[in-house]
Amino acid sequence: MSLLLLSLTGCGERALNDPYPAADAGRAILYTTFQERPKHLDPTSSYSENEAAIIAQIYEPLVQYHFLKRPYALAPLTATAVPAPQYFDAAGKRLPDDAPDEQVKRVVYRISIQPGIQFQPHPAFARGADQAYRYHGPAARLPTPFKTLADFPQTGTRELEAADYVYQIKRLASPRLHSPIVSFMGRYIKGLTALQTALEKAPTVPDLRELELDGARVIDRYTLEIELTEKYPQFVYWLAMPFFAPVPWEADQFYAQPGMAERNLSLDWHPVGTGPFMLTENNPNRRMVLSRNPNFKHETYPAEGAPGDAEAGLLADAGQSLPLLDAVHFQLEKEDIPEWSKFLQGYFDASPIAPDGFDQAVRIAPDGSVELTPEMQARKLRLAVTTQTSTSYIGFNMLDPVVGGASERARKLRQALSIAVDVEEMISIFSNGRGVPAQGPIPPGIFGFEDGEAGINPVVYDWQQGRAVRKPLAAAQALLAEAGYAGGKDPATGEALTLNFDAAAAGPDAKPLFNWYRKQFAKLGLRLVIRLTDYNRFQDKMQHGSAQIYAWGWNADYPDPENFLFLLYGPNGKVAHQGENASNYSNPEFDRLFVTMRGMPSGPARQALVKQMLAIVRDDAPWLWGTHPQAYALAHQWVKNVKPNLMARNTLKYRRIDAARRATLRREWNAPVWWPVWTLGAALLITGWLARRSWRKRQQARLA
Amino acid sequence: MIAYFVRRLLYAIPILLGVNVLTFALFFLVNTPDDMARMQLGNRRVTQEAIEQWKADRGYNRPVFWHAAQAGSAKLTDTLFFDSTRRLFTFDFGKSDAGRDISEDLRQRMWPSLVIALPSLLIGLGCALSAALVLAWLAGSRLDFWGGVICVGMMSVSGLFYIIGGQWLLAKLWRIAPISGYGDGLEIARFVLLPVLVSVLAGLGGMVRWYRALLLEELGKDYVRTARAKGLPDGLVMWAHVLRNALIPVLTGVVVLLPSLFMGALITEAFFAIPGLGSYTIEALQAQDFAAVRVMVFLGSLLYIVGLLLTDLSYVLVDPRVRLE
Repeated sequence: MSLLLLSLTGCGERALNDPYPAADAGRAILYTTFQERPKHLDPTSSYSENEAAIIAQIYEPLVQYHFLKRPYALAPLTATAVPAPQYFDAAGKRLPDDAPDEQVKRVVYRISIQPGIQFQPHPAFARGADQAYRYHGPAARLPTPFKTLADFPQTGTRELEAADYVYQIKRLASPRLHSPIVSFMGRYIKGLTALQTALEKAPTVPDLRELELDGARVIDRYTLEIELTEKYPQFVYWLAMPFFAPVPWEADQFYAQPGMAERNLSLDWHPVGTGPFMLTENNPNRRMVLSRNPNFKHETYPAEGAPGDAEAGLLADAGQSLPLLDAVHFQLEKEDIPEWSKFLQGYFDASPIAPDGFDQAVRIAPDGSVELTPEMQARKLRLAVTTQTSTSYIGFNMLDPVVGGASERARKLRQALSIAVDVEEMISIFSNGRGVPAQGPIPPGIFGFEDGEAGINPVVYDWQQGRAVRKPLAAAQALLAEAGYAGGKDPATGEALTLNFDAAAAGPDAKPLFNWYRKQFAKLGLRLVIRLTDYNRFQDKMQHGSAQIYAWGWNADYPDPENFLFLLYGPNGKVAHQGENASNYSNPEFDRLFVTMRGMPSGPARQALVKQMLAIVRDDAPWLWGTHPQAYALAHQWVKNVKPNLMARNTLKYRRIDAARRATLRREWNAPVWWPVWTLGAALLITGWLARRSWRKRQQARLA
Repeated sequence: MIAYFVRRLLYAIPILLGVNVLTFALFFLVNTPDDMARMQLGNRRVTQEAIEQWKADRGYNRPVFWHAAQAGSAKLTDTLFFDSTRRLFTFDFGKSDAGRDISEDLRQRMWPSLVIALPSLLIGLGCALSAALVLAWLAGSRLDFWGGVICVGMMSVSGLFYIIGGQWLLAKLWRIAPISGYGDGLEIARFVLLPVLVSVLAGLGGMVRWYRALLLEELGKDYVRTARAKGLPDGLVMWAHVLRNALIPVLTGVVVLLPSLFMGALITEAFFAIPGLGSYTIEALQAQDFAAVRVMVFLGSLLYIVGLLLTDLSYVLVDPRVRLE
């Protein structure tokens, strides 16, 4: 068997357990994983993290987040500058930037893109000698047979134009592409909803180039204009998302041909972009391979960063042409255990810490600090601890007659529960300490978040000895008594007040958490009923407002407080408006301040307004606030330029791999152990010998 | 015999129809088309209009079994069930709810499943029969006793233990095989080694015990005594006579499995990252991708029926006394 294994692994040049082909050894390939196959790679439809990890390397929106600078700042990508809005009144008169929202009737973003940017090589751009497109259009001659894009012998490219951005904005309205943001953007981009309606009624799929969209216009080859119907300063952040990345019309025409969809050849599976990488292998059942785009020449590694970046070696590659990798391999790994083991063997370059591997990787010092275990330190692994720009919270349904509403009774009940549920304990028990108790909806890293005493929730915490300390249970009991539920008794029945927690059943692992919730409520004498249901029914309950207490979360789309405070904005209520305000919270004062705040530039005045809004919601307590989760990620010593950036998804172009060092360490860490094989073989031989001896004895006995 | 097969094939139609009715009823008992749309479109910023559009595009806006608003036969034919069943029976699987061509996915993914399942079955069968022959022949000996103890021990251990233990021992501790993954061409052999070994070991205990019991039953028959009395060597008695006569029940268990080997092994494929049909089914269920689920259930039923037919055929081949009428 060992000879067979040796022959299969290329005569011992690589370790026997090396899962990669010998030809890839020594190449600057980043190996990472995906657990769930992406549903969409079309920038119009894609809106999840695992998809963004791939398409953000392929498509280039107009702007991006600076890789190193903090707080998060936008920087031009294909645009020549970060777009700034121009405001106009109803008469078309230009208004100042701080014009009141009600005066602004037109918002125009005029954007110039850099000339000379080329799309990746793709058959959709291939032309014949007569300049006609070779594989689509009137002169198209498709190869026969064809199964994959590799069966098209010729590829081509062309320069990126402003029209490609306009074309993509029109695609958002296409009913067959189901863009998740079309309804939302329809509120702002002029004419987008009308275009959507027209496309829904169209008997055939029209060529979007021939349709006009008032809100997106080509000014010249390198300039476009986007027009909004109202002030929405956060729109510029949307321009950093793949929804607003350029899509060449040729790709749509190419993939629309008969026979393409039957072979899974579509823009949803085979993207065409201008980014540093292109998808050269798309096998969502096994692996996705991003290879360096040979036409990408327009970006270099940033020369500026945040304080400390130079010392951390993050500016060592300043000025280098990007990308710094030859390829990125996303390998399908459905289970945590093999993924973690392969990471420790050096076959994945970076990894989150698997739940089963937490104690093996990390230890928490008595002072609460986190450090790697000696085993991980010996491997020179690097640990990055990042507080996510997301909030996981327990919410109260404000439409519920018991916990909801603006009455003093309900408000005090919610406040009492906010104090009684010990979030710190929950983080310690169920998240291995990986989380920060939330003081409000805004997570760290987002404008409006305040650290220290100024940022605590005074309803739940006191500031003592330089840290936030949860109020004692007596405070919660007092609030409960003021709410009319002294000792947790419901005055109507004389029994313990019963509250219902609605949750999607999450398997046996969730049972201890639900038991813990029950204990937290029981501290106040309340009875908590966990109403477990499947995820679909849970969604229905939320849609119809029939849940009472629930757990939910939100991850930042962009680094602006509007993206979190809108979760509590009244006109965003889930039941009434199908919005993201799952608690259906509505406070006229909060809503008024929200409208003012969202249009303001970030600065002291906005900070003061956010503080005011936080004070309102902390007092109303529509949420129990919950946690801001922390991510612990490990990277091997050969991976360079690792700096967590929670906004940017296109950071693989900055990564560098010391492939020679990796190859050496992989061999060192994975030397095979042969003695068990020989032992096993010997055991089998002995068993065979024993069987033979037994058989002979039996034969002799029979003869005798 | 041809008439027999034709009759059995005709019986298959109502069975498949029944399976399809059950699939529809069970699936739509726990999922609504709105749920499926939300699963595909995501939870962020999705409006009811987007959900309605998604349903309309895939035909999920129609009633499942009965369209009361239609007239005449259209009450039955203008339904999700009728349309989908008609296409299933003509092997027009169409697109999954995620938008991929199901036939193409099946073509791609059945080979990895087969590459794992077929060697597992054949090697497992060979090892189990050999071990069972030895134990049966040495019945009552200490080797037989300890063999039985080991087999019962192996049967008592969960299949998941073999997978995790195999990965830990062979790939992590001894480092002689990749933990998981899949390759191209000859490289496949490196990735197949561990899952095949694990699959064989996981099934060996039960198979050896069963085959040993079958063989012991044969060993007690008159023809064995006669053969021995005639002085035939033990090996010849075991391999040429006992084994051949014990093959009918063995075949019953094995041939019925052959077609369903294409369908893959659910847990093994997930742990070893094998891109086969087992993991395809799991993914479809998790994603509430009804288009893919109903195809997999249909194919599973069909292949099972084919397996049973092949079993019948194998009886004829193994035992000339059997006639199919």
